[in-house]
Amino acid sequence: MEPLQIAEKISQAFPGEVLETSSFRDQVSVHLKKDRLYDICLMLRQDPELDFDYLVDVCGVDYMGKKTPRFEAVYHLYSITHRHFIRLRVQVPEEDAAVRSVVPVWQGANWHERECFDMLGIRFDGHPDLRRVLLPEDWEGHPLRKDYPVEGFKGEEDWPGYTEVVELSRKLKEFEWGN
Amino acid sequence: MGELEIEPEGKEIKTKEISLSMGPQHPATHGVLRLVLELDGETVVKCTPHVGYLHRGVEKLGENRTYLSALPLTDRLDYISSMSNNVGYVNAVEKLFGIEAPERAKYIRTIMSEMTRISSHIIWLGTHALDIGAMTVFLYSFREREWLLDLFEMTCGARLTASYPRIGGVRNDISQQFLDSLYEFTQQFPGRLDEYETLIDKNRIWLKRTKGIGVISAAEAINWGLTGATLRGSGVNYDVRKAFPYDSYDKVEFDVPLGVHGDVYDRYRCRMEELRQSNRIIKQCIEQLPPGPILSPDAAKFVLPPKEDLFKSMESLIHHFVLMTKGPLTAPPGEIYSASEVPKGELGFYIVSDGTGTPYRMRVRAPSFVHASVLPRLCEGGLIADVIANIGTIDIVLGECDR
Repeated sequence: MEPLQIAEKISQAFPGEVLETSSFRDQVSVHLKKDRLYDICLMLRQDPELDFDYLVDVCGVDYMGKKTPRFEAVYHLYSITHRHFIRLRVQVPEEDAAVRSVVPVWQGANWHERECFDMLGIRFDGHPDLRRVLLPEDWEGHPLRKDYPVEGFKGEEDWPGYTEVVELSRKLKEFEWGN
Repeated sequence: MGELEIEPEGKEIKTKEISLSMGPQHPATHGVLRLVLELDGETVVKCTPHVGYLHRGVEKLGENRTYLSALPLTDRLDYISSMSNNVGYVNAVEKLFGIEAPERAKYIRTIMSEMTRISSHIIWLGTHALDIGAMTVFLYSFREREWLLDLFEMTCGARLTASYPRIGGVRNDISQQFLDSLYEFTQQFPGRLDEYETLIDKNRIWLKRTKGIGVISAAEAINWGLTGATLRGSGVNYDVRKAFPYDSYDKVEFDVPLGVHGDVYDRYRCRMEELRQSNRIIKQCIEQLPPGPILSPDAAKFVLPPKEDLFKSMESLIHHFVLMTKGPLTAPPGEIYSASEVPKGELGFYIVSDGTGTPYRMRVRAPSFVHASVLPRLCEGGLIADVIANIGTIDIVLGECDR
C-alpha cells in the first residue's frame, strides 16, 4: 500500500487524531496526537491490509524553542508481509511527557522505549520495566535534551581525581626538560 | 550450582535459587555485557541484561558536529565492521541532501561493505566456535581476516576505523594491485570456507551445542525486531539489500539464505551461506567495476573536494574549509530514515535536519541493541551453558549496542 493511502486510512479510522501528513524524499510522516496512539498502533498491526509486523525504531526528538509541544516520539514501522513503510510522529508536551507504551503490540519496543526515557525523559505508561538502559541508574538529567550541555552540566569537579591530574600536568609543563 | 542444604534427617536435599552476575568482564560476552542470571540448578530462571558500559553519546556528539565530521563517529559503533557503518551513514546523508554518488564509487562501497561482512562474519564464526569449545576455527578464520584487513589498509591506511566513504563518493580510488589481491581472495575464499565447515559442520559436539538451542519462531523474531542473519535464521526473508537496495546491490546477483528452525545452528548456517554470497557479490563487483569519477562532481556544495585539488585551487580550499567548519550550509530541512544491511543486521540512521550544517537529531538504530534485548527470551528456561551459545548466535558488538 502507498504510504499516503496508509495515512489516509489512519485519519479515516481515527478522525481528529491525525494533525498533519508530511512527505520528504518519498518518506511519509503522520503527525499524531498522543492520546490514542496505542489504538492506532494496534490497528496498524492487526489490519490485514496494513499488517505492520516489524517495529523498526522508536526514538524521541527534542524541539526545544522550535515548536510546541516540545517533544516528539517517532515510530518507524515496516511491514515485512506487504513491504511498506510509515513513520509516526507523536506530539508529546513537556508538562505531560508520557505516551502509552506499545510493548504489548511489539515486544521489540521494550528497549527502544527505555532508551527514549533514558535519553529524553519521555515516560511510557504501561511499560513492563521502565528503567534507564544505557546510563547508570543514579544519573541525573536526560542527555539528549537540547538544554543538556554536551560536556555535562556538572563539569570537571564531578571527578575527584581530575583536579590532581590537572595540577600535575601543569607542574610537569613548568619543568624545563633537557636542562 | 545452587546452594545445597542437607536436612538434619539427611533424607532430602533442598536447593535454593542463586543469582549469578556474568560479566561485564567475561570472555564470552564479546565486550562489556553484563547478565544477571537467576539460576535454579543449571537452569536459567531469569536473565537480565545490563548494557551501557560503552556508552559514549554518539547521538549527542552527532548533533554537535557537522555532517562531515560526524562520519568518524560511525566507525566506533560496530568497530569490527566500520566500513559498513560509514556506508550506512553516508547513504543516509546523501539521501537527505538529495545527491547521488557516481557509479564507480557505489561499486567500491559495495565491495567494501561485503569485505566488511566477510571479515565480521569470520570473526563471529571464530569467537562463537571458541565460546562453544572449538578452538581451531578461530585460528583459521583469523588468517582470512588478516588478508582483508591488509586490503583495507591498502585502500585507506586504516585497518579497523576506516572512515573511507565520503558523502558523495569515496575518499580515494582503489588501485589495480588492490583489485588483483581481492580477486585472488575471492578465488581462494570458497575453499577456505569449506575448511571451516569440515571442522565443525558435522562435529557431534557442535551439533549438540547448537541444534535446538535458542529457538525463536518467525513471527516472534519479527515481533522482537530482529534483523540480519538472526532474523533470517528463523526463515523470514527480509534483507535491506533486497528490500531497499542501496549502492550497487540492485545490479549484482545474490541469494538471501534462510534458515528453517530458528535455532543457533540455522543461524550459523545462514551466516556461512552469507559468506559465500558476499564472496559472489565482490567477484561480480570487480568484474563490473566501471571507470569514472569517485566523488560526485555536480554537488560541490555538499561534497568535500578531492584532497589533491586543495593544493592547486583556491575555490577548493575555501569549499573544504567551510564544509569542515560549518558543514553544508544549504542542507535542506527535513527528515530521513535510511537503513543499510550491516553484518549484524539493519543499521538505521534517522536524521532530522533544520537546514543548518549540523544534524538537528541523529538517531542510530543499532541492530546489536535490539538483539541484546532478546537475550532474556532466548536464555530463560535453558541451561547456563546455552547462554554462551545464545550470546554468540545473536552476534552483538557492544560498541554498537551502547553507542
